[in-house]
Amino acid sequence: MKSHINARNVVVALVALGLLLLPLYSAVTGNIFILTLFTRIVIFALAAASLNLIMGYGGMMSFGHAAYLGIGGYAVGILAYEGIGSGFIQWPVALAASALYALVIGALSLRTRGVYFIMITLAFAQMAYYIASGLSRYGGDDGLTIYKRSTFGGLIDLSNRVQFYYLCLGCLFGGVYLIWRIINSRFGMVVQGVRSNEQRMQAIGFHANRYRLVCFVISGTICGLAGALLANNTDFISPAGMYWTRSGELMVMVVFGGMGSLFGPVLGTIVFLLLEEVLSQFTEYWALIMGPLLLLIVLFARGGIMGLLGRFSRG
Amino acid sequence: MLVLVEQSLNGLQFGLLLFMLAAGLTLVFGIMDFVNLAHGSLYMMGAYFAATFVAWTNSFVLGILLALGATLLLGIALEFVALRHLYGRDHLDQVLATFGLILFFNDAVRLIWGPAGLSLPLPAWLTVPVQIVPGVFYPAYRLSIIVVALAVAALLYVVVMRTRVGMLIRAGASNREMIGALGINIKLLFTLVFGLGAALAGLAGLMQAPILTVQIGMGENILILAFVIIVIGGIGSIRGAFLAAIFVGMIDTLGRAFLPDLLRMMLSSAAASTAAPALSSMLIYLLMAIVLVVRPEGLFPAAKR
Repeated sequence: MKSHINARNVVVALVALGLLLLPLYSAVTGNIFILTLFTRIVIFALAAASLNLIMGYGGMMSFGHAAYLGIGGYAVGILAYEGIGSGFIQWPVALAASALYALVIGALSLRTRGVYFIMITLAFAQMAYYIASGLSRYGGDDGLTIYKRSTFGGLIDLSNRVQFYYLCLGCLFGGVYLIWRIINSRFGMVVQGVRSNEQRMQAIGFHANRYRLVCFVISGTICGLAGALLANNTDFISPAGMYWTRSGELMVMVVFGGMGSLFGPVLGTIVFLLLEEVLSQFTEYWALIMGPLLLLIVLFARGGIMGLLGRFSRG
Repeated sequence: MLVLVEQSLNGLQFGLLLFMLAAGLTLVFGIMDFVNLAHGSLYMMGAYFAATFVAWTNSFVLGILLALGATLLLGIALEFVALRHLYGRDHLDQVLATFGLILFFNDAVRLIWGPAGLSLPLPAWLTVPVQIVPGVFYPAYRLSIIVVALAVAALLYVVVMRTRVGMLIRAGASNREMIGALGINIKLLFTLVFGLGAALAGLAGLMQAPILTVQIGMGENILILAFVIIVIGGIGSIRGAFLAAIFVGMIDTLGRAFLPDLLRMMLSSAAASTAAPALSSMLIYLLMAIVLVVRPEGLFPAAKR
């Protein structure tokens, strides 16, 4: 029997434990900043995990995932602006809007393959970006300030840092668990089968694109949830967060950690955003180091952090 | 009517400028199968080089020539140091690596030239308006962009269709393995093509520089336009890039100019002025989505691999 104690699993377990205990550390040391930072990291990890579902397992390189962050966020922001503050309404609307958007653009985009797919998802995300810029009632280019976070009838208080952090962490763990269930289900097997050999799956009677589309919609919906969390975290939503470079960053986080591994994107996000934070404390020009680092990772560390850990465990 | 002529010329000028950017991108993409997101950075570097060299030499022409050479060298150096190791890797790797290069170039520019933008002043002889048809005056500089871009397009056509290098380029675009098997020095050809692509991007950047300010990130928006063009035109097809570029330039410019008035005829003026900017920015993406849905390989796909 294969031992489950290897470098990869130990690191994942330690990271999960660390994330769980982080508010404790923050309370003991009085370091509030780290809690704020990690709330953001956990939210982006959820977005990266959702992107990994279609990129790593479905073979669909979406270059437009920032759109869902925006759609989920704007759903919360616009409803809050119109006086509907209840999360029980805001969040389902955010999820439904993301799902609907994913359904429409997925159905159109999945007619193309390869780099054309990358470009068409990008094009649709740019359209969403320009629509958001055109929402002059909701701030247009300048964005929309959210004066009140979503309320959940006293069950949970989002303005309490620790409660909000645990909500985000719960969403992340829930999202990763859902993805794990999906990829190990019959449905997930078909999706992965389509990725490796579409003709064969077609030949044995699966409608490849239907499976792809459902997978695409699930991914978009999870990312929409991350968008709703992000809007509540920053109390602000603007088109700038939907620009195509944001989608690029999400891709980077996924590949950084290891595409097609369950926890890779989570680790990738943590490392990427921490690196950004640390480098920017040393120098204003952090991207000067981050850029080439990314190049080196692509060149020499295929499989990302998870790949490295796997290599390490095999000795 | 005069406005229509003027805006059409603006559209043509913008389209031709986009063509220069897209031509380099599609050459690299079509032949080396390489997705280069950093192409926009080369465009930006071309503009910065031009602003710097023109200020140093006090001569517009000399400065621009120096900038062109500098971008060519930068492109070759980039290919030599980093990008040649990425040929044959999947597109995602290339997208990420060159995304890293965008981060690098943006911060490098900020470090060297500072966060504020630069301006590239035009010499007096390029600022006079030229009468093209009776009653229609058009700025000499914009006219010169049209002329230069058309000349570049013609030159590119001659090089690609009539020379031995062009023959290899075309052969490479349709079957890369085969020209390697025939004993052609692929490495050299790739470096050459990449340098050519970089120089074209630099040329587009430095020609745009006097019209807009030279600033960090200027390559990112226009890079996406260039990608839209090569995807609409069909990847690897210079002819497709040319036609799609003019099409996109026209639609973008005319949309921005006339869409508000058109909408005002149908909607209330408040609703129209709200919807128009967003809608006109979206037009080309809408166009691309429609083209890809109808013809997933683009309008003029290059020969099948």
